[in-house]
Amino acid sequence: MRTRSESLAGWLFVAPVVLILGVFLLLPILMALWVSLTGWNGQGSPFRSGVPFVGADNYTSLFTEDGLPRQDFMTSIRNNVYYVLLVVPAQTALALGLALVVNQRMLKRKGFFRTAFYFPSVTSSVAISVVFLFVFANSGAVNALLGAVGIDGPVWFDDSRGLIHVLLGTVGVDNPPGALANHSVLGLTWWDWVSGPSVAMCAIIVLVVWTTSGTFMLMFLAALQAIPQQVEEASLIDGANRWQRLRFVTIPMIRPTMFLVLTLGLISTWQVFDQIYVMSQGNPAKTTLTPAFLSYRTAFKDFEYGRGAAISFVLFLIIVVMTLVQRWMLRERRS
Amino acid sequence: MPHRTVLAAFAAGALLASAACGSGFDDDSADTPQRSGPVSLQILIGSSGQAETTAVQEAAAKWASSSGNTATVTPAQDLTQQLGQAFAGDSPPDVFYVDAVRLADYASVGALEPYGDKISNPDDFYESLRTAFTYDGKLYCAPKDFSTLALVVNTDLWSKAGLTEADVPTTWDQLTSVSQKIKSSGTVPLALGDTRDRIGAFMVQAGGWITSADGKTATADSPENLQALQYVQGLLKNKYAQYPKALDAGWAGEAFGKGKAAMTIEGNWIKGALRADFPNVKYTVHPLPAGPKGQGTLSFTTCWGVAAKSKNKDAAVNFVEAMTTAEQQMTFAKAFGVMPSRQSAGAQFTQQYPDDKAFIDGAGYAQGPVNAPKMDSVLADFDTGLQGLANGDPKALLGRVQKNTESALGR
Repeated sequence: MRTRSESLAGWLFVAPVVLILGVFLLLPILMALWVSLTGWNGQGSPFRSGVPFVGADNYTSLFTEDGLPRQDFMTSIRNNVYYVLLVVPAQTALALGLALVVNQRMLKRKGFFRTAFYFPSVTSSVAISVVFLFVFANSGAVNALLGAVGIDGPVWFDDSRGLIHVLLGTVGVDNPPGALANHSVLGLTWWDWVSGPSVAMCAIIVLVVWTTSGTFMLMFLAALQAIPQQVEEASLIDGANRWQRLRFVTIPMIRPTMFLVLTLGLISTWQVFDQIYVMSQGNPAKTTLTPAFLSYRTAFKDFEYGRGAAISFVLFLIIVVMTLVQRWMLRERRS
Repeated sequence: MPHRTVLAAFAAGALLASAACGSGFDDDSADTPQRSGPVSLQILIGSSGQAETTAVQEAAAKWASSSGNTATVTPAQDLTQQLGQAFAGDSPPDVFYVDAVRLADYASVGALEPYGDKISNPDDFYESLRTAFTYDGKLYCAPKDFSTLALVVNTDLWSKAGLTEADVPTTWDQLTSVSQKIKSSGTVPLALGDTRDRIGAFMVQAGGWITSADGKTATADSPENLQALQYVQGLLKNKYAQYPKALDAGWAGEAFGKGKAAMTIEGNWIKGALRADFPNVKYTVHPLPAGPKGQGTLSFTTCWGVAAKSKNKDAAVNFVEAMTTAEQQMTFAKAFGVMPSRQSAGAQFTQQYPDDKAFIDGAGYAQGPVNAPKMDSVLADFDTGLQGLANGDPKALLGRVQKNTESALGR
């Protein structure tokens, strides 16, 4: 049984953390929530009496009012959805693949490969972004390689064509069918929604997959090394082949790590900012605009601090919902 | 248990909020109390480089010693963001650079002190620059300097295409015909920036602009603007003009410096850039070709803003006065290649830099940036449309800009 004094002592012990979290985490979040409900123009404090309270106006301008704010916001959501859909599976698969490779007992000089694969993750994302700008430049390494095999590479960071549009173009669908072009949902036509990630966005996707897979490889590696040798040997005795061992032994054994990697991947991909800020600033043609960058631009460039804060809260909700959905999908099924 | 934790955290947060916000968060008074005696002036500048920073620091030190005050000049990393934070924190610098694009945003929220009537001889500033810094009928700040766009021609590529000095285009038709000749000589004729800050010049030459002169009405979908965009679209479709990214350059001046285009439309900053990065390129500067409604160019300018919340407004205005004398402006011009905003310095400038005549003459027919608040995202959207102009529909694009401008101005 706990006594009163024990409980008081408990509170005393956690007080520093509660205080720090309250001041640096909870309080700013509540302040931002308040800002998202006002029309604060950035002059003086948002907690003065003169600051207009606008209720949910900042939120409705993102969803129900036909205008530039909604169009920009929905464009950013579309871009980020394609980004998440490509980056999360790719980086997880690549990280798992790398982890399996460097976990092989046969592999010589493991230390070298582990360091090499992990290296992009410890380098500053801004520095890597700048290097990628050169690699993907018109006369850069990527286009030189493509040129060597006879492909005329695109102008990566100036190409706003969506990947799905490009694919449709190769089968002769250059102009949108009327059904898609004339009907719109939430301020974007169906044709715009199904554009796919732009060529410029693809370059950023490649960069992010490359940089983050090292970190996740490390997590998978730790999980793989925790799998008891006996389990693997037992499956060998049962006659499982390589693929069956991976599918029915290894992956189920590392399910918690898989959940961790997917969750961290989902969160970080919805929050992508550095790469966009450094490499494209939302260009070309807004195809690399993401909610995180739009929130920054809306607040600090347009002085719409309320709407900027509202965007970040919507983004927060999206991340929470996505994580819950994914948790539900990866739950332990009782058979 | 989780409930109690959350509750406790809330309580702690609320307590701290009331403690932290108790001071200084409720000053609504319009007039900030002024300090007397020698003051210490904070000056935040968005510097173009070391040359500008040093020149402003020297000028500020000179002013400080002659007036008995102190002045600290800080170059900003990101001026817009730093100013935004300073205004929100109620501690803005006394004097700072204000880009004409930003003027209406700052003035409409009351961040700027309109000191235009306190500066001596304001009519000496070029009229187009005064207009750029006038909001609601008040001149808010004194223009620091300005730039205009002009046609820059690479003389080697020019003669390679068999053209002479007499062929420099003065009308749109001539621009098209020389472009044809340059293209057939195997060179890209014109490197053109893909934003309103370059293509907008064609709109001015056709007699149009995004807003009316007073910045109160949207005029984006006018037939004049359409004519301009259709002309530019024609240049792009024929590959007479190309955007810098297609020429593997960050901006048109870089493409021009690399010799990838025979002409470009840029401002006087291109001089410094070419001297630094491409010293061997030979070029001449000419006025932009005139459109159907005559000559037109765009001007870009910055002023010395004084914060409405400054405690040293008199000293701040006195400082600006010293920075905007014709003599001081010529010193700046020599130090980092800007053009003086006072007409009385114009003659001296032209005499000293005869090659820049086209730039400074542009002040007579230049259009300043859109002078209305909340327009940044609208104009960014316009730029997005211009990036796809070659295959886009100019009429639909202008219609969209019109709609967005109306809703931004209506608020």
